[in-house]
Amino acid sequence: MSDKKKELKPNTYKFDTLSLHAGYQPHKNAGARQVPIYQTTSYLFDDVDHAAALFNLERGGHIYSRISNPTVGVLEERVASLEGGTAALATSSGMSAIFLTIMTLCEAGDHLVVSSQLYGGTVNLFRLTLPKFGITCTFVKPRDTEGFKKAIKKNTKGIYGELVGNPGNELMNMPEIANIAHEAGIPLIVDSTYQTPYLCKPFEHGADIVIHSLTKWMAGHGSSMAGILVEGGNFDWMQNEKFPTMTKPYEGYHGLSFAEEFGPTAFTMKARAEGMRDFGPCLSPQNAWNVLQGLETLSVRMKKHCENAEEMVKYLSNHESVAWVSHPSAPNHPDTELANKLLPNGKGSMIAFGIKGGKDAGVAFINNVKLASHLANVGDTRTLVIHPASGTHSQMDEATLKFAGLSHDMIRLSVGMEDIDDIKNDFEIGFRAARKPRLVSNQ
Amino acid sequence: MKFEVNGHEVFASTGGRPFDKKKPLIIFVHGSGLTHMTWVLQTRYFAFHGYNSLAVDLPGHGLSSGKSLKSIEEMADWVSSVIDAVGHKEASLVGHSQGCLVTVECTSRYPNKIKTLSLMGGAGAIPMNPELLSLAENNDPKAVDLMMDWAHGPAGHFGGHPVPGLYHINTGTMLAKSRTIQNTLGVDFRACDNYKNGFEAAKKIKCPTLSILATDDKMCPVKEGKKLASLIDGSQVDIIDNCGHMMLLEEADRVLTVLKKFITTNYPPLSS
Repeated sequence: MSDKKKELKPNTYKFDTLSLHAGYQPHKNAGARQVPIYQTTSYLFDDVDHAAALFNLERGGHIYSRISNPTVGVLEERVASLEGGTAALATSSGMSAIFLTIMTLCEAGDHLVVSSQLYGGTVNLFRLTLPKFGITCTFVKPRDTEGFKKAIKKNTKGIYGELVGNPGNELMNMPEIANIAHEAGIPLIVDSTYQTPYLCKPFEHGADIVIHSLTKWMAGHGSSMAGILVEGGNFDWMQNEKFPTMTKPYEGYHGLSFAEEFGPTAFTMKARAEGMRDFGPCLSPQNAWNVLQGLETLSVRMKKHCENAEEMVKYLSNHESVAWVSHPSAPNHPDTELANKLLPNGKGSMIAFGIKGGKDAGVAFINNVKLASHLANVGDTRTLVIHPASGTHSQMDEATLKFAGLSHDMIRLSVGMEDIDDIKNDFEIGFRAARKPRLVSNQ
Repeated sequence: MKFEVNGHEVFASTGGRPFDKKKPLIIFVHGSGLTHMTWVLQTRYFAFHGYNSLAVDLPGHGLSSGKSLKSIEEMADWVSSVIDAVGHKEASLVGHSQGCLVTVECTSRYPNKIKTLSLMGGAGAIPMNPELLSLAENNDPKAVDLMMDWAHGPAGHFGGHPVPGLYHINTGTMLAKSRTIQNTLGVDFRACDNYKNGFEAAKKIKCPTLSILATDDKMCPVKEGKKLASLIDGSQVDIIDNCGHMMLLEEADRVLTVLKKFITTNYPPLSS
């Protein structure tokens, strides 16, 4: 026997275990090993006192599936655990998670500083829709760290961005921008859809709220729409007077101060109690269950996605039909150092590349690949392609496209998990067509 | 609400209701390194059912100013001063973990002030693992991670929080890291380790007392909780299966149900 003293180590569950088990206790669910689908709108109260206590947030539990549902609750806890967060709130889509986050954070008259390189739908929300609610935004290029600082105004309530911007793959310096936000007493909100917590946990780099479109890699199967907001629990809402709806008595719950009562889970509690109550973008239990099936294999899938993506970067970088390739693993990518720091487990499976011949060549490429699917989604297990300027970002004018880093020769590629040789062979068909755009077409 | 004790500002959650001097007072005392927020699934209920519910942040913890108190005896006197500071003559006390040591000592010192005592995950003594104590006193975040591991039962490690969407191990971690670890957890652990008077204090307690214990509590095992309860005349014991030391979150509903019955029976609310 060794007399060497054993070092104390916490035995809390690790990532792969949490992705299978977190948020669920079979013995409280008839011993069901798989998470049950609670396909119900509402829940019995024990008595009037119990009902009143639930409505008044005096005790935990479910009232109505717009506000919460046990199946959805498992998904919420599971994602919170994987991200290292205190709480999460699942929504019907990634966009509704973003909208709910902004509506929980801001009031009319408030302002946000936003990265310019975002999913096109998100750009439209910030540029066109939020001003209708009296919330304005200043867009800053993701690499312009100092620009984020300069754009902050007295009424700024947060900084928002995607760590790796869609679709140009420019990185924002999350730790430095988090410091800028915190010096100004405002939170940093990060859409981490591209990364999943397997590749990056934004809370470890200063983010305060993390958003996912669960539709993408987290689910992986491309069958179900879902979104989520996750709270880090570290942001002090009471440090200044900027967030009265978090800190002051709220009439909607008999004078409740969310920050005082719920501390590290205050934002999620408010988003649920107010946002789900009033806007109602709830996730269906069936879709929550579908996402849970995908989450079980998250780390296995992400490894394969990243492995295939790095192979595709090499292939595209050496291809005669390709003008340029942007991916954080590409040797000439300007953000390689930052990517190595923030994405040690892999750089993700989103590649942007420029096709020689511009827009016409791009259209021919997209129209002729057979294995890669041409559609408006990313993060499927299957390889997906799109021409952003005519698809996901088509509602932008020329100036906005340019500011967002989009060009007409750009193809956005979401690398799937097929055999890498099959993906390359398919691309050869597309490139051959692109070299003769007017002669070869499947239209 | 905020008020002053011994020249320092104290924060206490009132469970979302204004403080009303006419209502009976319940004071909730948190465990080592934690804050008033651990009680959110108990305090709001009492606040809306005829009581003044006061979940205090001990000095130097949560939103309270001042430095952490260095002994359980000082904390016990401080709790008595809280009763005075809010203009009451008596109170019902509820403690968790270290809060049990504090409330047991307080009840033995001020028997006329304390009307009922509810202990959760309590013991007569809480000797600390020397390595854990050293980590906390040296500001090592590993102390919090170890505490969260040991404080949650096997079921609690999977989650399953009563409030949808909350993951309680991470929530507890954030509470314990909300102030400097060595100044909160480090000081508290040392105070627990030094405290030797729990069993003697228990023998002096005459008010109705309830102990809620949990079968998977590694920090204050059922055996230790029963030993303490056996020294208090007429003490009730309730044991929760499949639950760890953080029973007030892991099995919040069960705890509230037991607590509600005990307090409303022995220290009735102001009827509306």
